[in-house]
Amino acid sequence: MMTSAGARGNLLLALGGAVVASMPLWAMPYHVQLASTALIGGMFALSLQLLVGATGLVSLAHGAFFGLGSYAVYLLSQALGGAPSVFLSLPGAMLLAGTAAAMVGALALRTQGFFFLMTTLAFGQMLFFLFHDTPIGGGMDGVFIPRPDLIWPVPKAWRAPVFLWLNLGVLAAMYAGLWALMRTMFGHALLGIRANESRMRAMGHDVQRLKLAAFILAGALAGAAGHMAALTDAFVSPELLGWHRSAEALLMVLLGGIGALHGPILGAIALTTIQELGHLITERQKLVEGLAILLAVLLLRHGLAGRSK
Amino acid sequence: MTGFLAQVLNGVQYGLLLFLISSGLTLIFGVMGVINLAHGSLFMIGAYLAYVLTAASVPLWAALLAAVAGGAIFGAILERVLFRHFRTREHLDQVLLTFALILLFEEARAFLIDNQYHSVPVPAALDFSVPVVGDFAYSAYRLAVLAACLGVAALMVLFVERTRVGAAIRAAAENPEMVAALGLDSRRIHTLVFAAGTAPAMLAGALAAPLQSVYPGMGDGFLILSFVVVVIGGLGSIGGAFWAALLIGLIDTMGKAYVPGLAGLAVFAMMALVLLWRPTGLFSRA
Repeated sequence: MMTSAGARGNLLLALGGAVVASMPLWAMPYHVQLASTALIGGMFALSLQLLVGATGLVSLAHGAFFGLGSYAVYLLSQALGGAPSVFLSLPGAMLLAGTAAAMVGALALRTQGFFFLMTTLAFGQMLFFLFHDTPIGGGMDGVFIPRPDLIWPVPKAWRAPVFLWLNLGVLAAMYAGLWALMRTMFGHALLGIRANESRMRAMGHDVQRLKLAAFILAGALAGAAGHMAALTDAFVSPELLGWHRSAEALLMVLLGGIGALHGPILGAIALTTIQELGHLITERQKLVEGLAILLAVLLLRHGLAGRSK
Repeated sequence: MTGFLAQVLNGVQYGLLLFLISSGLTLIFGVMGVINLAHGSLFMIGAYLAYVLTAASVPLWAALLAAVAGGAIFGAILERVLFRHFRTREHLDQVLLTFALILLFEEARAFLIDNQYHSVPVPAALDFSVPVVGDFAYSAYRLAVLAACLGVAALMVLFVERTRVGAAIRAAAENPEMVAALGLDSRRIHTLVFAAGTAPAMLAGALAAPLQSVYPGMGDGFLILSFVVVVIGGLGSIGGAFWAALLIGLIDTMGKAYVPGLAGLAVFAMMALVLLWRPTGLFSRA
């Protein structure tokens, strides 16, 4: 069963959002940027929660869809010879990532369990190689890209706060959208698949199509998260598509708790904090992250969001 | 023509190295139901072991033996300390725990050795070319790697198919309750399987060390490709892994030689075709 934050929890989330929104008033620019990173991580992990928490699918291709969303901005700017409008680049990113998810999902969902893990990993890496080994994405070292145009031009001094508010808005919209989606028949059907797939099939649900729909939607939302990352950083590189990013998204989901819709947002904040604190103490980032994962998996069985009530 | 022959031999040799890695992956999965994303790191560890030992003027053959023995012991320890407890965990937990292992192995390597590229010299006794057909000659070391991989593959098949212990392993994969009812200790079988799955992956790394650079991410490509091998060959099937590994080795090598640019994608297209045609793998009994 997937819980959501409840009335009090949603109030707390909104309060947290207000605190984040006010950060440009009191925090250092560096921390404002860090908050943007956490918000984008939140979108990315939230999109994955639709697969892991809602449908019970553990995919390792999710990083590739995130990266495709980022590269959509680069590809559009190449095609147009300049910065695209955000009203073109955001749907474009979701369309590209969603289309890729439809193709990967149609193949990978023919398999189950560990086979699904392995095929999503392999197809995700295929997309990574496509951008790493061929020139279509500007090469293996990554490229700087023109930021998509917003409605008004943003002066440089205002960039960090404006992007923070934009990221906060997109994350809030995504959360609200998924919150509503989980209350529809479609959302209930996904939860049914997670609970007992064969029963859903016996009841006459087209499980395969439901799973594919969830896979495509999750991929498109990951693309939106990747788009926001490209807009915030103005830089894309093949590493955005790599499977290590998929594993990081899974970690955020697990840290926050797979049983709660708002879990991934907490998980993204937690992971960004852990990585940042790790930076302060030691050069050995992988050690910090590896130990954090071990502790999270071994000790934190229900995530930060806690056991479902 | 001689170039083509060389590519075929390179492809077979690459495929056999892939088999050494993926056989362990499929064996461990088939018997224990555990997915180990850190399996590619074992390849990297084997290669660095060969580098450290040969740099200390230990002969390569001794480094190979050390990789096998070290791999078996390391595998047994990993099973006892970690994987035994992961076995019943959900997929998500297994993925993340083995991902954590990758990060910790990377960090351990950076701490104990370094993050640099290294090369391991081909042993002097095998540093010559063997005439094969006409004026076509092939590196003696590569031929030796080919022979060694074939030998290990034969040993693995004999071990699993022909020995009593192998029978117990196959039984544990088919029906764990029955194995327990017969009074066999399934925990010891699991330790053994993990040791037998880890040793060839580390051996493959040590064998490959003189053929390519030894560098931190060298196991990544092999991990992904051995997953492709397992998907094509059918999970848990050693014979399937053998033929699928040869197929993938040949496709990848030929592709890189004759269609550069798209070569990296050829194996994945192959996997997509197999998934469309037989989603449980070409060699699965189902």
